[in-house]
Amino acid sequence: MAKKEEKIVYVDSKGKRLDGRKVNELRPIKIKAGVIPRANGSAYLEWGQNKVLASVYGPRECLPKHTASPYKAVLKFTYKMSSFSVPDRKNPRPGRREIEISKVCGEALEKAIFMERFPNTQIDVTVNIVDSNAGSRIAALAAASVALADAGIPMRDMVSGTGVGRAGGKVIVDLNKDEEDAPDAVDVPLAILPNSKEIVLLQLDGVFSKKEWQEAYKLGVEASLEVYEKQKEALKEKYVITETKKGVEKK
Amino acid sequence: MRPELWDLRVDKVVADLKNGSRADGRKVDEVRKVVLTKDVSENADGQARVKLGETEVIAGVKMVLGTPYPDSPGQGSISVGAELVPMADPTYENGPPRSDAVELSRVVDRGIRESKTIDFSDLCIVEGEQVWIGFVDIYIVNNAGNLFDACGLAAISALFDTKMPKLEDGRIVHHEYNGKLKLKHKPILNTFAKIGNTVIADPSNFEEKAMSARFSVTVTEDNITAFQKGLAGSFSVSEIDNAIDVAYKNSKQMRKFV
Repeated sequence: MAKKEEKIVYVDSKGKRLDGRKVNELRPIKIKAGVIPRANGSAYLEWGQNKVLASVYGPRECLPKHTASPYKAVLKFTYKMSSFSVPDRKNPRPGRREIEISKVCGEALEKAIFMERFPNTQIDVTVNIVDSNAGSRIAALAAASVALADAGIPMRDMVSGTGVGRAGGKVIVDLNKDEEDAPDAVDVPLAILPNSKEIVLLQLDGVFSKKEWQEAYKLGVEASLEVYEKQKEALKEKYVITETKKGVEKK
Repeated sequence: MRPELWDLRVDKVVADLKNGSRADGRKVDEVRKVVLTKDVSENADGQARVKLGETEVIAGVKMVLGTPYPDSPGQGSISVGAELVPMADPTYENGPPRSDAVELSRVVDRGIRESKTIDFSDLCIVEGEQVWIGFVDIYIVNNAGNLFDACGLAAISALFDTKMPKLEDGRIVHHEYNGKLKLKHKPILNTFAKIGNTVIADPSNFEEKAMSARFSVTVTEDNITAFQKGLAGSFSVSEIDNAIDVAYKNSKQMRKFV
């Protein structure tokens, strides 16, 4: 049975992608810090269609006690997808994918935090994916990192990143779902500490050459620095003081 | 387990590496001796026992009849699971898989799946109704470090050993086979540990105690098929690029065992 499929052009002759972006262009990103009043720190992030809520509690007493470390804080990161955030309803029970993402994202953030200042405590970071369209783990990290800074937790740096990869034979930045579904798609979630360029999260699946990886890394770092700027803006935005007729008002 | 004894050995690992030498005398990019045998289970459709130094894992494949996923009616699939059973390490416990076991299984699974070594349409029996699902189950016998590479090698070797069960009226006939599972590539998982500022291949369990970050790369004969960076430390891009080169080199040796 031969299915006739129209060949999709992922990057056209003018260098435009399916959604009109350039190869190195991110989807629109909006970040707002401090959206959950009960939490010590929080953030809401929109990245293309991805919508992500992040909260931070702690450092606080580490429970159960045997999970505590006498040398440093323990970071408990939970990446959770809402059941309605994907085309088919997601079973709310944490799946293997979520468990793995929670592990690698938590580890990526640890490097950015002065964990050794808070022995015997835990820092709880919970990220809820409200809507998703490819790249949600990086969106989760970007939001979590703003929430940590919003909580006033001492940090060496932010964690900023983007997906990089390939669709239709071209190396591109920040793949959306249509691009991730390309027959030759490769997705490489990449997160760095923007000031030192150290790699704190790196995954890949798909068939990729070393040359393509090196090209993807270059584009990825540039795009991650753009994400970093958005994160900083969101944090500054929260503390902007605006003058009104009545006098000074904190936003 | 006496933590203080472990910590003393960790200090030795770190001190030795500063002079460029490893506690067991290996070079930084050298993997331990590999022994691969096929003496696990006669009931398995494919099998492998891998010894990587003192690390030992066993893998068995069972080909099972199943229904395809709605979005790929003409394709079968594989599923890799690794279990950290309490026999293999004093810190392992019974119970549902913890995040380290989940990560291990998924990294091994991804490296094989994404290499396109198996054409999943070969595993289709009746489109939309019946397909083969290959369950690769790995059990750790002894954890002496670097379970990733041991499990990766065991999984791909067991798949290469897999015989397709004979079907009669849509049911499996036990112990009768009809050819072998077809595979195109030999993806090899290569794991590196960062200790201080040194990146070493194939960490032992003592080296793993001292590592700040872990990086795994799966390569086929000429392409990368999976990355996984783990733990709280970081890598520079030159460390990653160098690890990829070492992975290509070491994989040539490892591939001979598959």
